[in-house]
Amino acid sequence: MKYVDEFRDPELAKTLLAEIERLLPQIEATKHRPLQLMEFCGGHTHTIFRYGIEQLLPKTIELVHGPGCPVCVLPMGRVDDCVALAERPEVIFTTFGDAMRVPGSKKSLLQAKADGADVRMVYSPLDALDLAKKNPNREVIFFALGFETTMPSTALTVLQAAEDGVKNFSLFCNHITTVPTIKAILDSPSMQLDGFVAPGHVSMVVGEEPFHFVAARYKKPIVITGFEPLDILQSIWLLIKQIAEGRCEVENQYARVVTADGNTPGLKAIAKVFELRDYFEWRGLGSIDHSGVKMKEAYAQFDAEKKFSMPNLTIADPKSCQCGEVLKGAIKPWECKVFASACTPETPMGALMVSSEGACAAYYNFGNLPQILALKLEQEKLESEKIS
Amino acid sequence: MNSSQVRKRTGVVRGTSITMAHGSGGKAMRDLIEDIFLGSFDNELLAPLEDQARIDLASLTAHGNRLAFTTDSYVVDPIFFNGGDIGTLAVNGTVNDLAVGGAIPLYLTCGMIIEEGLSIEDLRRIVTSMKEAAALAGVKIVSGDTKVVERGAADKIFINTSGIGVIPAHINIESSRAQPGDVVLINGHIGDHGAAIVGARGDLAIENNIASDCCALNSLIADLLASCPDTHCLRDATRGGVATVLNEFAAASKVCIKIDEKALPVRAEVRGICELLGMDPLYLANEGKLIAIVPANYAQAALAAMRKNEAGKESAIIGEVSQAPEETVILKTIFGGERIVDMLVGDQLPRIC
Repeated sequence: MKYVDEFRDPELAKTLLAEIERLLPQIEATKHRPLQLMEFCGGHTHTIFRYGIEQLLPKTIELVHGPGCPVCVLPMGRVDDCVALAERPEVIFTTFGDAMRVPGSKKSLLQAKADGADVRMVYSPLDALDLAKKNPNREVIFFALGFETTMPSTALTVLQAAEDGVKNFSLFCNHITTVPTIKAILDSPSMQLDGFVAPGHVSMVVGEEPFHFVAARYKKPIVITGFEPLDILQSIWLLIKQIAEGRCEVENQYARVVTADGNTPGLKAIAKVFELRDYFEWRGLGSIDHSGVKMKEAYAQFDAEKKFSMPNLTIADPKSCQCGEVLKGAIKPWECKVFASACTPETPMGALMVSSEGACAAYYNFGNLPQILALKLEQEKLESEKIS
Repeated sequence: MNSSQVRKRTGVVRGTSITMAHGSGGKAMRDLIEDIFLGSFDNELLAPLEDQARIDLASLTAHGNRLAFTTDSYVVDPIFFNGGDIGTLAVNGTVNDLAVGGAIPLYLTCGMIIEEGLSIEDLRRIVTSMKEAAALAGVKIVSGDTKVVERGAADKIFINTSGIGVIPAHINIESSRAQPGDVVLINGHIGDHGAAIVGARGDLAIENNIASDCCALNSLIADLLASCPDTHCLRDATRGGVATVLNEFAAASKVCIKIDEKALPVRAEVRGICELLGMDPLYLANEGKLIAIVPANYAQAALAAMRKNEAGKESAIIGEVSQAPEETVILKTIFGGERIVDMLVGDQLPRIC
């Protein structure tokens, strides 16, 4: 297929891998420990697993799968709020499909639907607005979630609703921001990352500038990256090259899509409709300052949080979940105590098992499970020997 | 025309849509059965309209030594799609469920649950599809039942078909028979049905011309079995797609199945839809695709025989069976890496068949 297969060429991959292998010995640190590179975005995690990129890389490079799957990091309390909204008889609750399975403290949206709530899957916020126009006697709520990537389309939908004078449409806003979250990861004491594969679609909206602090203040190389396997390999090569040459810069591998200034009309729409929250709760990571947005007062009539009352409770993650440590790269998904035992894609306990873009689900679905389980058993044995 | 002739006249359905009266057991129902069903499924076993079809046992045992008996219900939404409809699906699906066991499909039953308000024209169209599909597959629909339910109690129409067939004595197909060294074959492009349903639903505003691959596989399977009577495993890859069938084989046979992404036939349009929507063609439903596992020394003969059949023109060898890791399906990606192909969790798409 044109414009896709070119980015999946195994021969080009071999060239890049050889170049990575050649550079690695020049990096002093690799003699003591593997280099840890974090891909922030769930889309990258998916590509890495889907094409088996990890096994192609030398052992001295470890990929840490970051928190960039907005479905995964949605806290349980917010899911409960969704269910409460969806269960109101006047409400048609619209959502992207992959959010349906996220477990709340009592049920997921999928279960709420089975119990009689009017929950409908949409592929765009504009579909939800259409639904509102077609059902003037119902309240249509759109479950807005995602990083900056999806913010412009939600913002523009709200502006459209305002222009059309639609009264029965609102957003339950759960949009989250990338930069404060990367900062929180960098500030974490257990952080040991050597570089970042930066999210391509987020950058398409926000541009290059917001990532400069990673290189300038935290002295970590960062490369804005596309979503095809060769994109990721090329970015890994660019990161290794920066490390080998002692540079820390923002580089843009995804120049075919991402411009330095980002999507200016999109950013304008975001600025018009949304403002930063003081803090937002993340599943697995806890509360992070300025990591979410809410709707501005001028658009309060489209804000489901203002229009309806909801439980609005903070519900702690299950104690046995180690999502936070996996997210920060402190442990590998299969090193978590409940991985593949109490926590599986069918019965996810933790955030990272929920969506196919979550690191644990990706390991579970695509990874070499028998091998992982054998390692896990070995580790448990070692630990029990240590205790006794 | 005298009064007794008027009484005996074959029933004709009146009105334009199905009402509760058509399921009441009375005259409206009789008219419906005579006009639409008997008119289409015309055969000597159905014609007497007894409560059961009566089948001569000797005629069955002439075909083989085991009876194959299966049932499936069809609830696809939408009921009409590019390449077929719920009627073609209901016949071919059950024919295929018999055929993949090595059975020669012979007789089907047809149970319909119809929501009041379904147009007579739509019902006629569906029944005509069933008639044509049955003729193509060489099976007879010999018994039936019709229920009409209130609006909202079903969605337009649900169809159940049960089928019987006979397995010839020398055939022994089981999902537990895959052995290291065996070769995995498929009869063509994967994911067409799933992609066609996505297109027909229209809720994604993605236009495509992909037709469902819905077809009967019994003639293809007859050709395959003639070239390789010792076919080890055979299953049609419907819901859950190719990935699910391979996992079922790997689990039942306690083997590893390795497939090559490069060898998997996927249409560019189907790939395009999958790329856009984040779906994997390996999990997309098919309604005319089978996976066969055959001993390596029969692989080329089986492939050649399959390619000669209309339903197998695009057949390909897609992988092989190895010992370990047991109960695992591994995909060699086009990028050169490997990944596990697990069973699907949840649904890629609801109500595809």
